[in-house]
Amino acid sequence: MKSLLSASAMLALLAGAAHAEVKIGVLLGFTGPLESVAGPIASGAEMALSEASDSGKLLGGETVTPVRGDSTCVDASAATAAGERLVTAEGVAGIVGAMCSGATGAVLANVAIPNGVVMISPSATSPGLSTVEDNGLFFRTAPSDARQSVVMADIIKEHGLTEVAVTYTNNDYGKGLADSFQSAFEAAGGTVTIVAPHDDGKGDYSAEVGALASAGGEALVVAGYVDEGGSGIIQSALDTGAFDTFVLPDGMVAPSLTEKFGSDIDGSFGQLPGSDSEGGATFDSLAEAAGFDGSQVYAKEGYDAAALIMLAMQAAGSADASAYKEKVMEVANAPGEKIYPGELAKGLEILAGGGDIDYVGASDVELIGPGEASGRFREVTIEGGEIVTVGYR
Amino acid sequence: MDLLNALVALTNFVIVPATAYGAQLALGALGVTLTVAVLRFTNVAHGDTMAFGTMVTILATWGLQSIGITGGPVPTALIALPAGIAATAALLLATDRLVYRFYRQQRASSAILLIVSIGVMFVMNGLVRFIIGVDDQRFDDGARFLVSARDFKAWSGLDEGLAIKTSQGITVLTAAVVMAALFWFLNRTRTGKSMRAFADNRDLALLSGIDPERVVAITWILVAALATIAGTLYGLDKSFKPFTYFQLLLPIFAAAIVGGLGSPVGAIVGGFIVAFSEVGLTYAWKKVFSYLLPMGLAPDGLAQLLGTEYKNAVSFLILVLVLLIKPTGLFKGTST
Repeated sequence: MKSLLSASAMLALLAGAAHAEVKIGVLLGFTGPLESVAGPIASGAEMALSEASDSGKLLGGETVTPVRGDSTCVDASAATAAGERLVTAEGVAGIVGAMCSGATGAVLANVAIPNGVVMISPSATSPGLSTVEDNGLFFRTAPSDARQSVVMADIIKEHGLTEVAVTYTNNDYGKGLADSFQSAFEAAGGTVTIVAPHDDGKGDYSAEVGALASAGGEALVVAGYVDEGGSGIIQSALDTGAFDTFVLPDGMVAPSLTEKFGSDIDGSFGQLPGSDSEGGATFDSLAEAAGFDGSQVYAKEGYDAAALIMLAMQAAGSADASAYKEKVMEVANAPGEKIYPGELAKGLEILAGGGDIDYVGASDVELIGPGEASGRFREVTIEGGEIVTVGYR
Repeated sequence: MDLLNALVALTNFVIVPATAYGAQLALGALGVTLTVAVLRFTNVAHGDTMAFGTMVTILATWGLQSIGITGGPVPTALIALPAGIAATAALLLATDRLVYRFYRQQRASSAILLIVSIGVMFVMNGLVRFIIGVDDQRFDDGARFLVSARDFKAWSGLDEGLAIKTSQGITVLTAAVVMAALFWFLNRTRTGKSMRAFADNRDLALLSGIDPERVVAITWILVAALATIAGTLYGLDKSFKPFTYFQLLLPIFAAAIVGGLGSPVGAIVGGFIVAFSEVGLTYAWKKVFSYLLPMGLAPDGLAQLLGTEYKNAVSFLILVLVLLIKPTGLFKGTST
């Protein structure tokens, strides 16, 4: 009898200890086509978690531990299984993730909504996720491609072009971006002569370029990947003299573009997510101290996603998703004291005191509409074989 | 003027690319058709044989470039070709010794040999990826264009540009030389004649004293040369990626079957038929029509029969049509 009593006492103690620890899932594509991108995002998220945990101010001194899960990128059922494990076996209070748009939609529908867990994705950009039914549980610190499309349409108009052809990589990302660009550009009074897909990993794109050239246009919008078919299309278009000006969205702006084409594509232009905020610079130096590269794509958004989850918990005074999901938009937006990277302790303290904060973070967070980043974009142009930053918008 | 513009647009986007592509397919199909005629089986590993030959050629090209030898205006890869052919011939002869000879001695049916060649394909595929990796490799050097679109526009004063890449010119020229040499070899030399005799009637050829192992070895060497040349030309014109060579298998087989399996002339004609159908069916004819037709009659749509994403389906379509209507192909090859 005595031993039974002590056993149950120990169990109660264990349960109490377990309660004092908040677990946050980091569900990213650690394997698959974007595995090289996942590492820095996870490091960013985990940096925010340990920062808040070390401060000892979260929910009256609770510790936070990250639990990693692999959402792959292309395999929705693997992503769902990983999400299921985080929620049911690990009992996470929130999820930073998933990474690709397809995997994110699957985890949201099959795991997050049925179990009532908050998800903040640092990198899913499909416009489809803006309108998905999410019970207020889904947010993202990355801007929707619908926003990028509007920015891209504006930039093209400002270059004085009114007629463009569009080719996209044949997947969810490419199609989403191409479709939303078409409607944005036509709404701005421009004409899209053709929207044609191309498949990645082919040797020859002359047929695709032939069709694009026949449709005509003053420039070619290439919504593809620079290390894949996107470059093949540009090469073939240059060879046949079909187009010499290209509009380059986020998947195409990379150093390997100018390594391949040099000054052949001078005068081409584009945009990618990016901001010149002071939070970004602070984050870069924090990341360097932590031993990873903070300038990697979506690493800042990873930090911000994790920070938002914890700040919302603090504002609600509870790690219960149904309580803190209401607070995410509140802590992310004005009014309130501005909070930058490395200042999570300050933010937690203000919230504990019943104050108001406006989390700016590393990526200049401003959540709009259904809880997604409004997005800041870096406008670039190709000059003398170099990618030159024109400005931010 | 409009007529000229239409012609130039058509040449630039259909005739030039399809001719070069057709020549590459024809060389590949010649290799396939030789194995069918002499060795009596369908070699599925042909695409990966092409990839292997191209890989060795690329490595040799890099070697030549590093010691300062280049081809000047022509790609260095052409100088490196013999190395590629020699290595591929060695590989094929070794494969024959290790794998195919056993089944030949068993007098295995061609269906079994086909399945064996699938295994060989996987091994070669792995070998290539292991040595050079799965990424894109570009190895073209020398002058890029014979005629560039910009120069052509300035010279002719037309609205449409015409570009002919050096690699396209070399492809057609090399293909013509190789084909002529192959026909001379098969029809005029003693060895070529013995190969044809062996292909026609194996038992009769054996009775008349033809050494079968020698014929087989020579066939493999010819296949290695054809595959390496076809692969290198394709890689020069487009780019080298092991996986795209595997995908080339389908149009190459379509070409060989359209022409009639086992018929060299058929392989060449078939190559051009497949290439022109692929490019022609997926080309958007809007531009050409709007030059040719009077104002107002020009089409609003793209006048495109098939979306470019269905390019691969064209080969299937041709295959099905030929097998339904004329299973022996245009030039009376073996029935498939």
